[in-house]
Amino acid sequence: MKYESQKVALYYFAGALGLFVAQVLFGVVLGTIVVVPNFLSELLPFNIARMIHTNALIVWLLMGFFGCAYYLIPEEAETELHSPKLAIVQFWLFLFGAAAAVIGYLFRIHEGREFLEQPLWIKLAIVVVALMFLYNVTLTVLKGRKTAITNVLLLGLWGIAVFFLFSLYNPSNLILDKVFWWWVVHLWVEGVWELVMAAVLAFLMIKMTGVDREVVEKWLYVIVGLALFSGILGTGHHYYWIGMPAYWQWIGSVFSTLEVAPFFAMVIFTFMMVWKGGRTHPNKAALLWSLGCSVFAFFGAGVWGFLHTLAPINYVTHGTQVTAAHGHLAFYGAYVMLNIAMFTYAMPNILKREPYNQVLNMWGFWITSSGVTFMTFALTFAGVVQSHLQRVMGMNFMEVQDALGLFYWMRLGAGIATLVGVVLIVWSLAVPGKARQAGRVAAQPAE
Amino acid sequence: MSDVLTKSAARNIFYGGTAFFFIIFVGLVAHSVSTVNAMNESHPVTPSVAAGKHIWERHACVDCHTIMGEGAYFAPELGNVWVRFGGREDADSAREALKAWMKGQPSGIEGRRQMPKFDITDTELDELVDFLKWTSEVNTQNWPPKVSG
Repeated sequence: MKYESQKVALYYFAGALGLFVAQVLFGVVLGTIVVVPNFLSELLPFNIARMIHTNALIVWLLMGFFGCAYYLIPEEAETELHSPKLAIVQFWLFLFGAAAAVIGYLFRIHEGREFLEQPLWIKLAIVVVALMFLYNVTLTVLKGRKTAITNVLLLGLWGIAVFFLFSLYNPSNLILDKVFWWWVVHLWVEGVWELVMAAVLAFLMIKMTGVDREVVEKWLYVIVGLALFSGILGTGHHYYWIGMPAYWQWIGSVFSTLEVAPFFAMVIFTFMMVWKGGRTHPNKAALLWSLGCSVFAFFGAGVWGFLHTLAPINYVTHGTQVTAAHGHLAFYGAYVMLNIAMFTYAMPNILKREPYNQVLNMWGFWITSSGVTFMTFALTFAGVVQSHLQRVMGMNFMEVQDALGLFYWMRLGAGIATLVGVVLIVWSLAVPGKARQAGRVAAQPAE
Repeated sequence: MSDVLTKSAARNIFYGGTAFFFIIFVGLVAHSVSTVNAMNESHPVTPSVAAGKHIWERHACVDCHTIMGEGAYFAPELGNVWVRFGGREDADSAREALKAWMKGQPSGIEGRRQMPKFDITDTELDELVDFLKWTSEVNTQNWPPKVSG
């Protein structure tokens, strides 16, 4: 860490980690409701718990992105942040908005559109938060050095804000509602979020492998090019069965198949850089998360996405547990692991600790990754069986669900393992390691 | 790729290509929206359908059910529930059956997924049914494959 103002990232990392635990906790509650349906059914119905689970995820990932940007941008732009104070105000406003939304949900106050359940005033507050953020980081970049990483990162962050505006549009025609709902949801996670992901990975590669910036930045442009060339028209894979013209089946199938390419390129990129750099960076845990991120994103977003993206296959699997399987592994691989990679890299620098609790952090990596992987397999098998029974045999929905009980129990087990892993990750980041504490005790008498 | 492609060439391809694909996307969506609007003539969103959609949202139905395959996968698909309840053959019985079903929740049966009790008036129930009926008439390219949803 070279600039004092990078410290504001710590607020965002801490807030994000807190919400991460809440998100996974609500996930375990939902997994329990699925297998024990009367659990909390009066107090906390499935739909309310579900909106908290998904909203907590989205908010903490965004909060993590903000933190990543506040850490990365001063270092790339080689100048202090335009206004650290504004960044702190923005953090508290965002956290307040998130808390208000969750408390409101518990009292059934929401707008009732999937993922965009926030009441209007919270949506507007999010726009204000985004504007404060964009103002701050854009001015910082404008007064400092402009690199490919800051260019791509800013484009991604501006894109997030611009496409969020479509959440304010809710036509009474359900088809049009869905068409533009995807402009937020798809153009975020399969569009501009990928720019943030690639930019942050590129930054981590420069810092940890020592490979020349020119090489990394060229890769970055190639990756984000592949992401948007495939991802924009790839939106078509959501337009198959919602009342849109049939030509989207061709466009969606072709372009969303190509969406695998940027994720594959990211795997090649990260492994090549680490291999070429040949440097052993002391923060092994951060390197593990960075490599894990590209690999898990490739499987979760790339392979599991391709699995059901072709129109004739999607005709049978659409809206089954196959979608849920893909959703979990993709979000974990691409965006959870990206954030944790950056937190693991940046927090020791901000807190002026040696890279600490490496072993515990890496245990967190393996347990959480195993948990999410097992969950993905359980849901994939459940989804394949469901597709066959319900969509081919034409069996009734609830009858099919009863037949999937074993898979749902396995998913709950995997979810509990995931929760344990997440607690380890948070613990390892928040609490100084033993080596560090021992070092401090040993060092004191000498001072 | 060291010599074939320079960094500035990669950058220009990225910006140019993104603009190109985004323009195509916007054009196609504009065309699709015009076909949806044309459909609106023969299959209008009446005030009752619009009110029904609002009731659907007020109770966050999509966070358990799916509609045209999108939602929470916890409860049955409702895009074609009108058809499943026999609305095409006997609209009046289907309407009464749907309304009675919603009024009867939660079932309280042990070991069965519970639908919460929603305070919905009889008029609102009719609007909700109008919305579900409208949705079942959308041209979804023959999705879902079976009436089971």
